[in-house]
Amino acid sequence: MTARKTTMMSRSRREPDSVARFNRVSPLVNAVFSVVFIVLALAATLPLVFVITISLSSDQSIQMYGYRFIPKEWTIDAYTYLWLLQDYVGRAFLVSVGTTVVGTALGILLNATLGYVLSRRSYALRKFFTILIFIPMLFNGGLVASYMINTQLLKLGNTYWALILPLTTSSFFIIILRTFFQTTIPEEVIESARIDGASQFRIFSAIVLPLSLPAIATIGLFLSFAYWNSWFPALMYIQSTHAHMYPLQYVLMSIERTIQDLVRNAQFMLPAETLQGLPTEAVRMAIVVVAVLPIALSYPFFQKYFISGLTIGAIKG
Amino acid sequence: MSDSVTLQDVERPERRKRNLSRKTPHPPTGAGSRLKKIFNIDDLELSLIALPTFIWYILFAYLPMFGIIIAFVRFRPIRGANFLVSLLRSEFVGLYNFRYLFTSPDAAIVFRNTLGYNIVFIVMGVVVPLTLAVMMSMLYSQRLAKVCQTAIFLPYFLSWVVVSYFGMAFLSVNRGLVNQILTAVGRDPVQWYMSPQYWPYILVGVNLWKNVGYGMVLYLASISNIDTTLYEAAVVDGASKWQQVKHITLPLLKPMVIILFILSVGGIFYSDFGLFYIMPRNQGALSNVTQTIDVYVYKALMQMNNLGFASAASFLQSVFGFITIFAANTIVKRLDPERGLF
Repeated sequence: MTARKTTMMSRSRREPDSVARFNRVSPLVNAVFSVVFIVLALAATLPLVFVITISLSSDQSIQMYGYRFIPKEWTIDAYTYLWLLQDYVGRAFLVSVGTTVVGTALGILLNATLGYVLSRRSYALRKFFTILIFIPMLFNGGLVASYMINTQLLKLGNTYWALILPLTTSSFFIIILRTFFQTTIPEEVIESARIDGASQFRIFSAIVLPLSLPAIATIGLFLSFAYWNSWFPALMYIQSTHAHMYPLQYVLMSIERTIQDLVRNAQFMLPAETLQGLPTEAVRMAIVVVAVLPIALSYPFFQKYFISGLTIGAIKG
Repeated sequence: MSDSVTLQDVERPERRKRNLSRKTPHPPTGAGSRLKKIFNIDDLELSLIALPTFIWYILFAYLPMFGIIIAFVRFRPIRGANFLVSLLRSEFVGLYNFRYLFTSPDAAIVFRNTLGYNIVFIVMGVVVPLTLAVMMSMLYSQRLAKVCQTAIFLPYFLSWVVVSYFGMAFLSVNRGLVNQILTAVGRDPVQWYMSPQYWPYILVGVNLWKNVGYGMVLYLASISNIDTTLYEAAVVDGASKWQQVKHITLPLLKPMVIILFILSVGGIFYSDFGLFYIMPRNQGALSNVTQTIDVYVYKALMQMNNLGFASAASFLQSVFGFITIFAANTIVKRLDPERGLF
């Protein structure tokens, strides 16, 4: 019985496969395409490898021979210097981690709550909130107006909130979540909870959120990558007098200035001799590596969530 | 980001449901219950849940929309008064800022760059990822396809700051790999960050490098949704692989291609600030070919402290952007009522 079942299964599996096998491009075309894709894959990843090897080369060899894929002299000096610079780079790393964690949590909360509200078909103000989130997709006040509001009215300049709040909410995320709630959570579940006397808060936190983990994970990943990569709010809202609030990406962006600042500035209490022999070239690339590795290492595992999020957003369903 | 989940398609079944429920008899029990139907405890709770996000939208999306009138005034902050009060009390100067902006030689260049780069990006953003997605769907080895897809998608997740350092590793005058190769083959090294003639190609190339994976993944996802029996039937009819692409794959992808194309045309007045500001490392020598509206607004606001220029350019971007996005969306909806932003 079981044997027959498995042969049937394997046959039914083989049949479309054999059609596909028959309907393939020629081996030559396949070989050409494979080469094209291997070249493209290398083009996409080798710059990262290059930066890693630069960060592992000694400054003298960089001075003498330039940046090389295989350095003449390997050393981890740059990383030991990073350790010495921990007041500065380490702090920036913590700022990045902190804004990423707080921003992602807050973002999930703000997007999911409105997404849930919009998914309730009987809700009286549904139309109002729908229009509320759609108008900003068409029209926005632009950089100058936001900058003036954020600095002059909301007083966000030189605060951590400036790094977090502008990025938390997006109509795009809200729509993805609304669509997910609408299509995957059965109406009956919510209605029966309602009849049992559960409030909407309880339904949202105890039923809807736990049932929506894949969508929440997708949005959470989008948010956390956006926060980790963000430098624009720091550029706009954190002045150099508050360099201790810089996130890692912005430290990297302003490093030419900041390494000079480090030498001059007593803000970070570095011993003068530390800065004398600072292997600036390799250290810069080492900071790039620190900024990029968390993403490069985690992204392949999360890729399927990203793709599902992108496809919900772009191709419906 | 282009997104086209619609409201209509979700609301349609609801309308049907409402019609049904109207037919079922609900004896009216007085004005009180009717009011309850309009705004009941459920609605109240849902409104409370929506409140924080509502406040966010007011502060970070709607206040700036009204702040846009700053383009028509000579803004002077009033001591002790908040921004909105100062804004409303500022001297109204009409179109002065705009006239001022258009007499500056930068404005034309900035608009030319924004539109020019976007046209190239839009065309390449359709053709290249679509071609690659079709090619990738033909690879024998699924494993190779998966690995290459993961690799090609990676740059999409890197920040422009990081990418600008990748650029420096190749283009640095003294140390960069490209100049090492040039000197090795006996040619003169190039001052890349001083030579504007190369930058249109560099920017187009880098933008493609960073974003091609995104488009490819989108098209691959919809190729994998195509019913395989179509291809099987085509094989039976003796269609070659190229004929299958031409007559099955591409026609079935056409609606999505058109929609993504039109929506990206809608964003033609916006540019990626990171690409145009950080990638060229803010080099003045390059500004003729790297300065777009977004970069210009940023510089006018933060570096030249010219609020008049900045707010006028920013206003034009918002208004033109609104017109193009609205037009694009209207066209998309006419082509396919299921799609479009709203």
